[in-house]
Amino acid sequence: MNILPIDVASGVILLWIVLGLLGLALQRSPRVICSVIFPFGALVSLLLAATGLWALSATPDIAVLPLGLPDLPFHLRLDPLSGFFLALLGGASFGVSLYAAGYFKAMAGEVLGLLCLEYHLFLAGMALVLLADDAYLFMVAWETMALSSYFLVTTDHKIPDIRRAGYLYLLIAHVGAIAILLSFGVMQGGHGVAAYTFDAMRHAHLSGFWSSTAFLLALFGFGAKAGVLPMHVWLPEAHPAAPSPVSALMSGVMLKTAIYGILRVTFDLLHAQVWWWGVLMLTLGLLTAVFGVMFAAVQGDMKRLLAYSSIENIGLLLVGIGLTVTFHVYGKDALAALSLTATLYHSLNHACFKSLLFVGTGSILHATGERNMGRMGGLIHSMPWVAALMLVGVLAISGMPPLNGFVSEWLLLQAFLLSPGLPNSYIDMLVPVAAAVIALSAALAAYVMVKFYGVIFLGQPRGNASAKAHDAGLWERAGMSWLALLCVLLGLAPVFVVQQINHVSQLLLGTQLANAAPSWMLLTPVDTERASYSPVYFLLAVLGVMLATVWVVHRYYHGRLRSAPAWDCGFPAQNARMQDTAEGFGQPIRRIFEPFFKIESELPSPFDVNPKYQGRSEDRLWYLLYLPVRRMTEKLSGWVSLLQHGHIHLYLTYTFVTLVVLLIFV
Amino acid sequence: MMLNMTQVPAVLFQLTQLLLVVLAAPLLTGWVNQCQAWLQNRSGAGILQPYRVLHKLFLKDAVIAYNASWLFRITPYIVFGCMWLAAAIIPIIAVDLPFSRAADVIALVGVFALARMFIALAAMDIGTAFGTLGARREMLVSFLAEPALLMVLFTASMISHSTQLPRIVAAFTQQQFMLYPSLAFAALAFLIVLLAENARIPVDNPSTHLELTMIHEAMILEYSARHLALIEWAASLKLFAYFSIGIALFFPYGIAEVGHWSGLPLAIFLLLLKLLLAGAGLALFEALTAKMRIFRAPEFLGTAFLLAVLGLLIHFLLRA
Repeated sequence: MNILPIDVASGVILLWIVLGLLGLALQRSPRVICSVIFPFGALVSLLLAATGLWALSATPDIAVLPLGLPDLPFHLRLDPLSGFFLALLGGASFGVSLYAAGYFKAMAGEVLGLLCLEYHLFLAGMALVLLADDAYLFMVAWETMALSSYFLVTTDHKIPDIRRAGYLYLLIAHVGAIAILLSFGVMQGGHGVAAYTFDAMRHAHLSGFWSSTAFLLALFGFGAKAGVLPMHVWLPEAHPAAPSPVSALMSGVMLKTAIYGILRVTFDLLHAQVWWWGVLMLTLGLLTAVFGVMFAAVQGDMKRLLAYSSIENIGLLLVGIGLTVTFHVYGKDALAALSLTATLYHSLNHACFKSLLFVGTGSILHATGERNMGRMGGLIHSMPWVAALMLVGVLAISGMPPLNGFVSEWLLLQAFLLSPGLPNSYIDMLVPVAAAVIALSAALAAYVMVKFYGVIFLGQPRGNASAKAHDAGLWERAGMSWLALLCVLLGLAPVFVVQQINHVSQLLLGTQLANAAPSWMLLTPVDTERASYSPVYFLLAVLGVMLATVWVVHRYYHGRLRSAPAWDCGFPAQNARMQDTAEGFGQPIRRIFEPFFKIESELPSPFDVNPKYQGRSEDRLWYLLYLPVRRMTEKLSGWVSLLQHGHIHLYLTYTFVTLVVLLIFV
Repeated sequence: MMLNMTQVPAVLFQLTQLLLVVLAAPLLTGWVNQCQAWLQNRSGAGILQPYRVLHKLFLKDAVIAYNASWLFRITPYIVFGCMWLAAAIIPIIAVDLPFSRAADVIALVGVFALARMFIALAAMDIGTAFGTLGARREMLVSFLAEPALLMVLFTASMISHSTQLPRIVAAFTQQQFMLYPSLAFAALAFLIVLLAENARIPVDNPSTHLELTMIHEAMILEYSARHLALIEWAASLKLFAYFSIGIALFFPYGIAEVGHWSGLPLAIFLLLLKLLLAGAGLALFEALTAKMRIFRAPEFLGTAFLLAVLGLLIHFLLRA
């Protein structure tokens, strides 16, 4: 019998569900769950990643499962687009599951059993979303993913703030899910229940108005899941609330399923795109990116900071998709392929470094019991492994060559640089402005990451807990090392990655990115005269120059080293409290972008004997959009409740009046 | 690089430039300092003073704080390596250096960013008040200066249809002389970025150790001996690299083509002349300007960013 990628992928999903159930059954022996089930789940992830890679170059497979409702079976399809995201899911979740094997050790059995089930259901749900080939299975998988992650977020449900965060997440996830369902409804085009498969939607040629409606609904629905402005509010609440491996999966992988959804609907299910879709996504993406990074700069909680940084990255991805649509509509397919490649590459990169950083915060949380960066410091001494691996993640997310973040940023900027000559001059003008905004948010991201790493790991410990912190365990190190390795490899072998992504471009756009140079060392997206980048040579050159310098200095001079107290310009008294806290480091950004924040601060008077300072920077959108919507909803439901009194005779009267009215009119 | 016979001269050119920049960079710093001394009516220490300082620093024992980590110790080497590489990929005496294929203008900005990130992290490593203050201010300056630099380079790339520096320079030298309005804006923006990124007045003052005004010096306060020497040398290389970028983008005339050894003496002579003039110009500008408050710096750099974006927009509008 011939085994196809789709069989393996379905097997992986089944295995994950079985592993989850086993975890629930074995809740009396938490040791087994941690050291057998999670590592085994990780191996399954690796298998899924391999299957995804395999599917990239294979022809699309279709399968119909004997599940679902009568006459409504589940359809599966594994094409290169699904394959790419499955590889992303597998690659990232391998590291996270390994890490989870160590991280959850301290947990009580009953909680752990349930958590194991939810965790693996979450993974299975995400894989199923990527494989679904009909609206019904897609929504079932989407809801499985949303609900299992909701229960994971509320693992520590005894804390009111976490319950609140979970509620917000659930609410926005469902508002989004309704929009997605409606979008599928529009695409089905009133052709009855038989048209619920994606294949039927591909062939239903919608009119311009209806296809735009379907697109807008899908953008809203998937945007809510991805955290696109203004539906981002759940991200900075839910990510810190969840246990760290879960935050890593949510931020690294789950947000990408929304990106997958946008790509699937825009390029696959809808047969033609319209130029303003691209401009809309470009604009929304730019706003989201700047907003995310600006708020990340002023956060004091390490996981909130990373959540805002995820918002920024989602913004960048949306910019990439917007550019792809615009170029595609105007027939510039080489450029469309370039920006799609940049988008997909960045999805992959973000999955790696954001998962790495999130699991890293888990180790810090375990070691210090703190999420507030202002009480940490000096962890590089007590947690050398975590510090070294996180440094890789921090450099990668800041877009430093030769790591992976730089490659996708480079590709995206190349797309901007090659773009002049679009027929619409307004869009042509938007391009340089967009490039400038991207450059600005990338530079701000470096600011944020220096703050993140510097305040947590460097300097002197600001609290007792930080001074006595311990390093991560073996499982945790293994998981983090894998993710860090991916960051390095994806940075060093861009030509290979681009070749894999080409299969997706071929599917969605009908063109692919040619690598002009024949060498695997040199990335040359358009032609060798225009642009090229070779991370391997780059790394070799920097390392070579560095080692030569070390050798020359030590050979011709000496390597003598003495230790002494810090000099600090000769100031005698200095303590840990004189260092910048997270708030202090972000203060310039708060000052420069003051109008964008809602700042409440209490400053002590200069004569205060016991001075206290308090400052909060809040999201204006919460007050300008969400609270009015809430008030309106309350008012509306208040009016509706006027009808409801709970007396049976009242309802009978309503029925009677309706009947009379109907009789009069009909 | 894969070596074949045709590439040998190019590789030799690359190695020549690699050695030349690292040896000549302190000379430029010495020249700027000497010009400043003359403008301030001092006799000055001579243009060779930076070499004496470096030699002295290399001879001393390195002293590091008790709680310095490995990050603190490797940073000087990383910063030095990055700056050396940056100066080596800019076409200074010859077009078409083989290494510029591996790193184009975006990667060049990336190299600067990598060095900056490490030095800012190292500044926070000891945990002194000045260190974190310096790191914060450096990142504040750079988050506006870096995109401005990128936009300047983009304008040049758009004109020459390439992001590789040798192509950009070749495009500017080979075609007939022509005024680009977009480049005028870019040049102005680049000037501001040059001042800010090299810790010059009016954003920072390289000769101050006055606590409240320093940026770059605050970050490297805890460094001594060979570490300090490498960082100072890297700063010279950075100034050299920025001058070279300016020359390559705005006055590239006279540069040698690859393999043309006969053009080399003239190219070196012209380069020296340009650098001397640029150094004197920098000293004069610094003598005439006052340092601004740190919170005026974002406005100053914001201007640079806007100018650079304006340059790019003008290019899109006029196609020139």
